[in-house]
Amino acid sequence: MTDTLTPVLTAHWDDPHSFQLADYERVGGYQGLRKALAMPPDDVIATVKTSVLRGRGGAGFPTGVKWSFIPQGDGKPHYLTVNADESEPGTCKDVPLMMATPHTLIEGAIITCYAIRAGHAFIYVRGEVLQVVRRLQLAVAQAYEAGYVGKNILGSGFDLDIVVHAGAGAYICGEETALLTSLEGYRGLPRNRPPFPAVEGLYASPTVINNVESIASVPSIMTDGADWFADLGTEKSKGFGIFSLSGHVTHPGQYEAPLGITLRELLDLAGGIRGGHRLKFWTPGGSSTPILTDAHLDVPLDFESVAAAGSMLGTRALQIFDETTCVVRAALRWTEFYQHESCGKCTPCREGSYWMVRAIERIEQGKGTDEDIETLLDVGDNIIGRAFCALGDAVPVPIQGAVKYFRDEIIQHQKEGGCPFDPAATTLWAAGR
Amino acid sequence: MPFSDEALTRMRADAAEIIGRYPQARSALLPLLHLVQSEEGYVSDDGIVFCAEALGLSQTEVRGVASFYTMYKDHPVGEYQLGVCTNTLCAIMGGDEIYAALAEHLGADPHGDGHHDIVTPDGKVGVERVECNAGCDYAPVVMVNWEFFDNQTPESARKLVDDLRAGNDVRPTRGPSRLCTWKQASRILAGFGDGQAADGPSAGPASLVGLELAKEHGWTAPEPSGNGGTK
Repeated sequence: MTDTLTPVLTAHWDDPHSFQLADYERVGGYQGLRKALAMPPDDVIATVKTSVLRGRGGAGFPTGVKWSFIPQGDGKPHYLTVNADESEPGTCKDVPLMMATPHTLIEGAIITCYAIRAGHAFIYVRGEVLQVVRRLQLAVAQAYEAGYVGKNILGSGFDLDIVVHAGAGAYICGEETALLTSLEGYRGLPRNRPPFPAVEGLYASPTVINNVESIASVPSIMTDGADWFADLGTEKSKGFGIFSLSGHVTHPGQYEAPLGITLRELLDLAGGIRGGHRLKFWTPGGSSTPILTDAHLDVPLDFESVAAAGSMLGTRALQIFDETTCVVRAALRWTEFYQHESCGKCTPCREGSYWMVRAIERIEQGKGTDEDIETLLDVGDNIIGRAFCALGDAVPVPIQGAVKYFRDEIIQHQKEGGCPFDPAATTLWAAGR
Repeated sequence: MPFSDEALTRMRADAAEIIGRYPQARSALLPLLHLVQSEEGYVSDDGIVFCAEALGLSQTEVRGVASFYTMYKDHPVGEYQLGVCTNTLCAIMGGDEIYAALAEHLGADPHGDGHHDIVTPDGKVGVERVECNAGCDYAPVVMVNWEFFDNQTPESARKLVDDLRAGNDVRPTRGPSRLCTWKQASRILAGFGDGQAADGPSAGPASLVGLELAKEHGWTAPEPSGNGGTK
């Protein structure tokens, strides 16, 4: 039987120099690259396909299949863009990974470029994490110096350049087409699809865009095998993943486990909900995934099961809120976030998020009307599917969840003429008061 | 203030290096904006002109891009710029109280929207609200010049501000032992390292809870089945 936790990506984070090339090589680093370079590129793609690694950035699209969409022999340059713009509220796995073991990402990126026949890779990292940017810059420089990047990598004849590109503060740039637009030096506006990036991506050339954790999983698949990876996890959600627990838990942090672990198991590991309190609601994978409640403690955290429970696995960003938390306060803040981050291109998202914030604010202040809930649901329905990208689809998610599970609590605000909760009771230091 | 000849010579050399990283020059615009911000602390009209000239763009094209991204400032901010996360999780864990405490401490509106920067008269410290900074397991999080200050309280954040104003050493929780200035941070974002990458921890305590638990219980990923694996 598989162990409860299976550290692979996180296995060496406790080495005080884990980010250094020498330390990475000492634990088998860059062996996956050597193995890949000895194979035809198509076999590398086939290996990743066989592993059934699915995108770790939230959508869960099979990584190997995505790579196979890159047309070969088309005479155009191919590009890899690593989505390191981790900004989905609650998501905090890629940042520690890049801080602790940036070479895992660099090695994965080199293997990916070899497989898709790309000569240029860009790591689009959010700019707001300075030490992560430094660590990536260091790792890329070390990889060049060691001959893992640059001309004729390890004598294979394969050439590759890697550029660390720091973003400048825009959640929307985590959306793959907006990321490309931004990387081309424009405002980060999403593009309509098709054409998909695999056909017309960066500079209108075939481009693979993968999340950090997806790419970082590739070296272990090369060294330990596709079957080894696929033996972990559930039938359709293979492998391991980093589960990030935050909020009202005793020991928030990163827990790497096979996909399919439950929140009940994770909470056991994390010492449970903070002392004297109980679970109220949680997000399985960031604020864009509908909230769940204590009725969902035993839902296997894999793509299919979470979807069947009415939410999405997303980025496994488990934000945990106990009974001191007002669901309206949470929904309002998330909706304000989407309003702030809407790029403004699509009217339903831009205007809809603005008006939804106004209505939820009114509810929170106890000035809501009998029609507000229905109005909010109606506005939400008119945003979903009517914007270019998934940000629009996410705008109504928080309030929809609040209405679904806590309608009475919303109405209570109106009845009491204000929020019935004490905001001071939710804080990290509230227990000590 | 227009750039001096000395500054322009230096910046043009940096710009050429940045542009050289990309297959198409316009991709250099974001790092170039970080570069001009590293000169003046914000993207001034002169900074816009510099980027436009470097890339053969109109000033309007450059301004349109700069105004889209929240990290580019169109006015001076603090030499040490604090970002208090008040996205949902951090807010609930105490970020709202921290922002209010800092605003009050600096004589500003504690309920302000945080998008109108608070800057001390000496220009030393600025405070703004920021969105989720990917440190949720360390909530509530405060950033200073984009370095992590984890698990903050109103008291610790006030002390942080006082120390920064007094010129005392402050140390990020997960970052190098020396905190760089806002301008220096912008230069790193433009792609020019400051040699501090190897300083500071590999990982903070919350990043390691799962790994430590696994080691305690002897839990590991399965061994690969005899195909020359390296585990």
